[in-house]
Amino acid sequence: MTRNLICGTLLSSLFILMALTSFMWTPYDHTTLSIPEKMQPPNFKYWLGTDHFGRDILSMIMVGARTSIAVAIIAVGIGMILGVPLGLAAAAQIGSWLDELIMRGNDLVFAFPSLVIAILITAIFGPSATNAIIAIGIFNIPVFARITRGAALSIWKLDFILAAQVAGKSTFRISYEHIFPNVSNLLIVQGTIQFSLGILAESGLSYVGLGAQPPVPSWGRMLSDAQTMVSIAPHLALVPGITIILTVLGLNLMGDGLRDFLDPRLRIQRS
Amino acid sequence: MVNLSQMLLYSLKRFISLAISLIIASVIIFTVIEIAPGDPAQFMLGINAQPDTVAALQEELGLNVPKHIRYFNWISGMIVGDFGTSYTYRTPVAEMIVDRLWISLPLALYALTISTFVAFLVGIYAAARRGKLTDTAVMAATQLGVAIPNFWFAMMLVLVFAINFQIFSAGGFNGWNNGIGFGLQSLTLPAIALALPQAAILARVMRSSLIDILGEDYIRTARAKGLSKHQALWRHGVRNALIPVLTIIGLQFAFLIAGAIIIEQVFYLPGLGRLIFQSISSRDLIVVESIIMLLVFIVIIVNFLVDIAYAIVDPRLRLTS
Repeated sequence: MTRNLICGTLLSSLFILMALTSFMWTPYDHTTLSIPEKMQPPNFKYWLGTDHFGRDILSMIMVGARTSIAVAIIAVGIGMILGVPLGLAAAAQIGSWLDELIMRGNDLVFAFPSLVIAILITAIFGPSATNAIIAIGIFNIPVFARITRGAALSIWKLDFILAAQVAGKSTFRISYEHIFPNVSNLLIVQGTIQFSLGILAESGLSYVGLGAQPPVPSWGRMLSDAQTMVSIAPHLALVPGITIILTVLGLNLMGDGLRDFLDPRLRIQRS
Repeated sequence: MVNLSQMLLYSLKRFISLAISLIIASVIIFTVIEIAPGDPAQFMLGINAQPDTVAALQEELGLNVPKHIRYFNWISGMIVGDFGTSYTYRTPVAEMIVDRLWISLPLALYALTISTFVAFLVGIYAAARRGKLTDTAVMAATQLGVAIPNFWFAMMLVLVFAINFQIFSAGGFNGWNNGIGFGLQSLTLPAIALALPQAAILARVMRSSLIDILGEDYIRTARAKGLSKHQALWRHGVRNALIPVLTIIGLQFAFLIAGAIIIEQVFYLPGLGRLIFQSISSRDLIVVESIIMLLVFIVIIVNFLVDIAYAIVDPRLRLTS
């Protein structure tokens, strides 16, 4: 186990645990307004202070973690469920029209940054957390398709695949039974990285008002609310910001650690 | 001239694929905006408008023509620089976009310059001191840089440099008319904020690319010829390490343009970002449509240029494709 993996896993689990705890308990109700107690800096009563409506920031951060994590996880799920089969199919039919179509389609999706997709969807359906999920999810599809195709191609060249072909297994079965399990490590690592990018993207979209809408708390919107008050109450911006940084940092460290841990070749190189 | 013809063939293939991408992208954008609920004419006149007034406005805006003809009008207009007329401002969309582009594009380029410059220094420094404490510290810093949301960093820059030290303005744009210096000054904090995460990513790529190269035989040969470690690094290492770095820079430009839209919100810069959000809320869909097409166009063109640059730097690519 590497140090990265341990630190990263601990940090990420902390935030996931926080999100889960918020379903059962938060220090205060995150929607209760208490104007007389507004904009308090962190103190014993309110550990992370209160916002401009006197809401408890810790409770909002905890509930906001749900939004961030849910959006990012579903977006990774969309990317994997659609991208991985596309990548496997492209690799199985390398050089064919199908491969060409999938890869050119990927290039095309890459030309639409998730922000642009979110703007397009908002123009039709109006802003919501679902928008953020779809926008980030669509952008994840080519990421997973590409990485799966690349990894699958190197597996297709190996002897045991030839053996499977000689044994009469169909291309589909080989992809499913032999290729997929052998690229899954890579997908887990990439999944962690896309998860952290998803959290960053969600916060950005909520910040510009294209993500989760009030009263659903989200870290990005807490930051946009804080913007005009940052000079009088810096903690309003510091707390959600540092939360995002630590979550993303934890996930990135976990991804790096997992890559080293799951890829024995890297371990040999290191030692 | 085998080399030249190969290069031309390669460029031609990439160009055709570029053209196809642009056509498909434009169809997607047009279709999506078409599905958008709400008739712009109805929206502009309000719910109490008379049906014949709405119909007249629809005709004036060209909304009553069949969809496929509108698509061709839109595309053929764009090719000659006519993006149509804004529904709300009644001014040519092209003029509005060009005005805003004078802020967003310099901002993205400024950020690209900062991020490339910083990343080169940091990446080369870390690779040269590989495994030492300074390398570890620098890499930890880049790990942190990747995790920081750029708009939050922007808020912190405002807090420190505009509110506490009052070196820069907290927002707004001084305009290019008062001199380039004034314009650049308003864009400095936004560009730094935009550049930070990109610089961190690029520095990591630069470092690992250099470290790979430093393990190559020709570096050993160079060292055997008597070049010092630093001479070998600068003369043979850096140039060869540029290939992967170039790709990342190309990809980053897309993120910088998109990121500029968010950063403009922090600094109240009247760029494309503000225009697009205003247009969404006023249902000025022709503006939204055109800006998105422009953004996608820029991304596709930049990727095309990177592909070409890549082939010039690495001749092997021309042969394989």
